[in-house]
Amino acid sequence: MTAPVKRRRPATAPRTRSTDDALVRAGRALRVVLLIALALLFLIPFYLLVRNGLASEDDITSPDWTFFPATLHWSNISELFDDPTVPMARALLNSSLIAIATTLGTLLLASLAGYGLARIPYRYADHVFYAILGTMMVPAAVTFVPSFVLVSSLGWVSTLRGLIVPTLFSAFACFIFRQYFLGFPRELEDAARVDGLGHWRTYWRVVVPNSRPVFAAVGTIVFIGAWNSFLWPLVIGQDREAWTVQVALATFTTSQVIRLHVLFIAAAVSIVPLLVVFLFFQRWIVAGVERSGIDD
Amino acid sequence: MTRAPLGDRLPGTRPRSSRLLGTQNRTLWFWIFVGPFALGLILFTYVPLAWSVYLSFFDAHNTVSPDDFIGFDNYASMLRNDAFTDSLVTFAVFSAFIVPTTFVLSLALALMVNRLRRAQAFFRSVFFLPAACSYVVAAMIWKLSIFNGVRFGLANTVLGWFGVDQTAWLSTTDPPWYWLVIVTVRLWLQAGFYMILFLAGLQRISPTLYEAAAVDGARPGWQVLRHITLPQLRATSVAVTLLLVINAFQAFDEFYNLLSTSSGYPPHARPPLVYLYYTALGREQNLGLGSAGAVLLALIIAVVTIGQARWFGLGGKED
Repeated sequence: MTAPVKRRRPATAPRTRSTDDALVRAGRALRVVLLIALALLFLIPFYLLVRNGLASEDDITSPDWTFFPATLHWSNISELFDDPTVPMARALLNSSLIAIATTLGTLLLASLAGYGLARIPYRYADHVFYAILGTMMVPAAVTFVPSFVLVSSLGWVSTLRGLIVPTLFSAFACFIFRQYFLGFPRELEDAARVDGLGHWRTYWRVVVPNSRPVFAAVGTIVFIGAWNSFLWPLVIGQDREAWTVQVALATFTTSQVIRLHVLFIAAAVSIVPLLVVFLFFQRWIVAGVERSGIDD
Repeated sequence: MTRAPLGDRLPGTRPRSSRLLGTQNRTLWFWIFVGPFALGLILFTYVPLAWSVYLSFFDAHNTVSPDDFIGFDNYASMLRNDAFTDSLVTFAVFSAFIVPTTFVLSLALALMVNRLRRAQAFFRSVFFLPAACSYVVAAMIWKLSIFNGVRFGLANTVLGWFGVDQTAWLSTTDPPWYWLVIVTVRLWLQAGFYMILFLAGLQRISPTLYEAAAVDGARPGWQVLRHITLPQLRATSVAVTLLLVINAFQAFDEFYNLLSTSSGYPPHARPPLVYLYYTALGREQNLGLGSAGAVLLALIIAVVTIGQARWFGLGGKED
């Protein structure tokens, strides 16, 4: 083994101390420079999105492309919403309805299930939990053919129902809630029980109000996932009226008729709601990931 | 994906709940809480899976209730189909690129961000921010702005400063530069998320281990990384690798958005899901064949996941 970690350095070794310190300082400076460079690299795509969204079409396709556009065209935003070929307002509405309904529905269903699994003693609770967890192992995308078959036989293609209902049962969300409720202080529930509250009212009046962080974390993750999801809305939202923002953008990216600056401003507009949610709830996401036990 | 602390039955509570609510009541309440979720999961996951297996044995063109039973013919033609086997090769090439690069980049970001004393939250946000972006939007930026190969595009502009000729990034297969485009999109979108997982793992390492290493004369840097940090991150690393492979198997959004055009999808770089999408839901609507492909894909994923879990010892909490 090449590892002399166990070897003790003599207590008196001032000889190399100063060179070590200099090396450490240089290393730290190098790391900061590297981090700043990487951060800029990570931000460039966002910059390009906004830059091209506010540039003129000629400016985007010019052979003499420049990093800063010659002039900013704020009118692109109004042009986007006036453009009859881009049903952007409708797509934004659809995406908002889907994301909000999916988030609320998932929070309700998954938190109830997670609470039941964690806190209501039942002989087969572990079996039920395994059956739920098992669906996490099956990548959801593999079931898209049969799910499409099911939804189309229900007559739900191109309906909001078809876009929302099948996505409401997230084993991942249920798993996080179960883990969280397992660690929920039992004294609070016991006090509620002594006060004569049943399971139902204990849940609504004691458990939910005291679990806001985990609801915020799961809610944010589910909202972002619902807003960004693409394959399912592509398969189910076949009519223009049922297009989500992602499907609309994708359709226009591959079409020839669309004007580029409209497309870019549409994409920029599409991420604004998400960036707001994301920046506002970011620390909850981090907490949610850490608490999910995903890396235990 | 991970092992949950099962069987922690919360001792000491059973007597009281038994007194207040009988066993029957508890069963009832359990199903009131868990029932709606379980029912939905059965309806929208278990039923489709079973239906898919059923359909895969039928000649099902454009119908969900076929009556032409053909046994394993769909499976046979799927396995003989070059397009399907090529899609598996595409997946293998893709994961050979994306799994190690994402792993190394996200680990490096986590290590660097973790050591920061100031502005840690700022850098964490910047690297995590792309996770809020969709593949559709990211693919658009990559395809129409950075790697646009025709007259404009950031990559060609920057390369032009160094006298490099224009490259048609996405439309040629020789050389296959489209891999660079496909891998960097996912890297940008996902590295921040895995960085968070690594950060969570790093924060759980006890500082006393580092102190002990320092006392033992380990030099900060490579020695500490190799003998303290990486072994302590083993459980996280296993989880990250599993997630990376499973997610690579599900690659669809960026391939579809980067490579398809108004005239169709090019013959190169179809991962399994893109291929299945066109088979089952494209013009032919061959749901039987598509289902056979989905079942085959699910089996492959199961074998790979279980194999990986066996190999690494999934969720090794004892580490």
